[in-house]
Amino acid sequence: MRVSLFITCYNDTLFPETGRAVVGLLERLGVSVDFHPKQTCCGQMHANTGFRGEAFSQAKRLVRLYQDAETVVIPSSSCVAMMREQYPGLIEELGNDSLRKDFAALLPRVFELSEFLIDRLGVEDVGAWFPHRVTYHASCHGVRALHLGDRPYRLLAKVRGLQLAPLPNTDRCCGFGGTFSVKNAEVSSAMLAVKLQDVVATGAEYCTALDNSCLMHLGGAMHRQYAGMKTIHMAQILASNEACPAEGVL
Amino acid sequence: MSHAALNQPVLDPTLAPPFPQAALPVLRNPQLRKNVAHAIDVIQAKRAKLVAEKTDWQELRSAASAIRMHTLENLGAYLEEFEAKCTAAGGVVHWAADAADARQIILDILRQEGAGDVIKIKTMTSGEIQLNPFLQAAGVNVFETDLAEIILQLGEQEPSHIVVPALHLNRGQVREIFARRMGLKDLSDDPQALTAAARTYLRQKFLTIPTAISGANFFIAETGAVGVVESEGNGRMCLTLPRTMITLAGIEKVLPRFQDLEVTLQLLARSATGERMNPYNSIWTGVTPGDGPQRFHVVLLDNGRSSILAKPKQRQTLKCIRCAACMNSCPVYRQTGGHAYGSVYPGPIGAILTPQLMQMHHAQSLPFASSLCGACYEVCPVKINIPEVLLELRSQVVNQERRDLARFLDPMYLGLRIANLLFAWAWLFHASQFMGRIGIRFFTRNDGWIHSLPSVGGKWTQTRDLRGFPKQTFHGWWAARARQAGPALAKETK
Repeated sequence: MRVSLFITCYNDTLFPETGRAVVGLLERLGVSVDFHPKQTCCGQMHANTGFRGEAFSQAKRLVRLYQDAETVVIPSSSCVAMMREQYPGLIEELGNDSLRKDFAALLPRVFELSEFLIDRLGVEDVGAWFPHRVTYHASCHGVRALHLGDRPYRLLAKVRGLQLAPLPNTDRCCGFGGTFSVKNAEVSSAMLAVKLQDVVATGAEYCTALDNSCLMHLGGAMHRQYAGMKTIHMAQILASNEACPAEGVL
Repeated sequence: MSHAALNQPVLDPTLAPPFPQAALPVLRNPQLRKNVAHAIDVIQAKRAKLVAEKTDWQELRSAASAIRMHTLENLGAYLEEFEAKCTAAGGVVHWAADAADARQIILDILRQEGAGDVIKIKTMTSGEIQLNPFLQAAGVNVFETDLAEIILQLGEQEPSHIVVPALHLNRGQVREIFARRMGLKDLSDDPQALTAAARTYLRQKFLTIPTAISGANFFIAETGAVGVVESEGNGRMCLTLPRTMITLAGIEKVLPRFQDLEVTLQLLARSATGERMNPYNSIWTGVTPGDGPQRFHVVLLDNGRSSILAKPKQRQTLKCIRCAACMNSCPVYRQTGGHAYGSVYPGPIGAILTPQLMQMHHAQSLPFASSLCGACYEVCPVKINIPEVLLELRSQVVNQERRDLARFLDPMYLGLRIANLLFAWAWLFHASQFMGRIGIRFFTRNDGWIHSLPSVGGKWTQTRDLRGFPKQTFHGWWAARARQAGPALAKETK
């Protein structure tokens, strides 16, 4: 199977280790990975901030870039949600017939990482080893837009050595919300404080998620508050094994 | 001194400060935040339990959504049907184009009645049109009869929730308000004692004031009936004792048939208060000789609703049945309470309704007062896709603001426009990553983290650190790997 990786703009810039982990994991599972060098952004930041015109051009660009891909994997639930929830409206409004057709054909081939592993590859045990106490933050987009359900938990359950610490109020937002975190910085910080209380109380060593944007928010506050906990994208946990443990962890 | 200077909430969208600023006094008031979080946690838990017992909850939501949308798409016809039926039953129907119209109509009726005092059933719509201060200024004494509204009126407080308007106050504070205003020094904060005090205060009003004002949860087009659901019986008293009843409600509150209540009442009670059924469901049709008010007026309020109806993407806003499940589930509301929204309609529904009622001339910060987490849409009993409407309104606000020169140079606007250019060409994006990595080094400490950033970035670093940029981007790593693999592969094949 051939997969085209859409790494997303912020993972490319800020979290390359997540991308490296996705490549390592998929190749270990016998999937060959492609990377389109011209990829940039899905347009979520612009669309969510009200810059609809700008989001149009990015949506169009992304569909054109991936229209021939066999399968697209994206290690970011909010970017997948952008394509599923907002692209249909944007592309409808653009009124370009060929684009509409290409998008309709592309969308069913677009997967979030945990969806790809469980629904497309049919694996739960990816042969990972991560001997740590971990709590899972189910991001809003993962819960309500992608309906990931128990997929992330099924994957984590099969990781050798991993001890899962359940997180209360798991469907409550961490307060990131993209530009919300700076436009409404005080409210966002108050939401973050409440979420962080729950996360830290789990006593886990790591907080994981399928979206680095929430983790950047949580991790930033953990570092500021000297919390004895770190964040790690789930791809890095799933890629980790005895031969090649997660980068910068052990 | 202005309201804002006193940190008093301003629930008038034309005067209220922007949301981020209006939220500050609440964020700095730990007692209020505790009260809000506790109250909505209690309601949420009750709601969750009762929703879970309905195996057809999703079907009910779909049915309600379809009924409400169908009604809105045929609103003119249903309103005319309601007017005809209500009039035939002895009611008088008035049409109010805006808030000023509605206030004047109500005052004129009160003048005709020679009413110097009026009792009220809880109606948020009267808050929308600022009815109480208007009537007081015109010399009419207004007495609220809903327990929460009495607390607010006596405590000179503003409502912070549409179903539980005094949710931001706790029992001790209610006791204090009653003790001071009713002159009951020894009142305890026992709920029974508090409600008994309210009952004594109310009984005399019910028995002596012959004119009442109510809102409506719904109108029935088919029969001309009006309905109010409530928990305390004060509404039932207002609907039986007074001589004259004036009902004020938005034009969107109509339902086609009596039978539609089967769906909406099941959803409303569970979503609003976490009950299987509201304790009091009062439905009345016009005037019944010898029973209840003998003069009955209905004021149908537009006040911007027609303009919402005219916009297909935004129309769904008017499906709302005012259950408040969206605010109870909202993580933003949980932190800020209702006052920050600058209107009697707080929370996610307020964030979309208020700017639209203001025809986008005021309250432009409200569509941004959401992290787009989607909890509101998930719980909405009539399936209003609030995040979708928020995004639509955000783009309208940006289209307004980007014409403004000051906004043009705003760092966030500038940043987003530049980012759009960068995202159009990968080489430009990559060049900017390279430059950014060099620039960010000046802000990165030895521990590899950024603790303080200028401008918009400072909004981030006021409470969070940011990890410094990594040495290599992902695409850089990929390209390097491909270069290494190239010769290796070539060697292998030899």
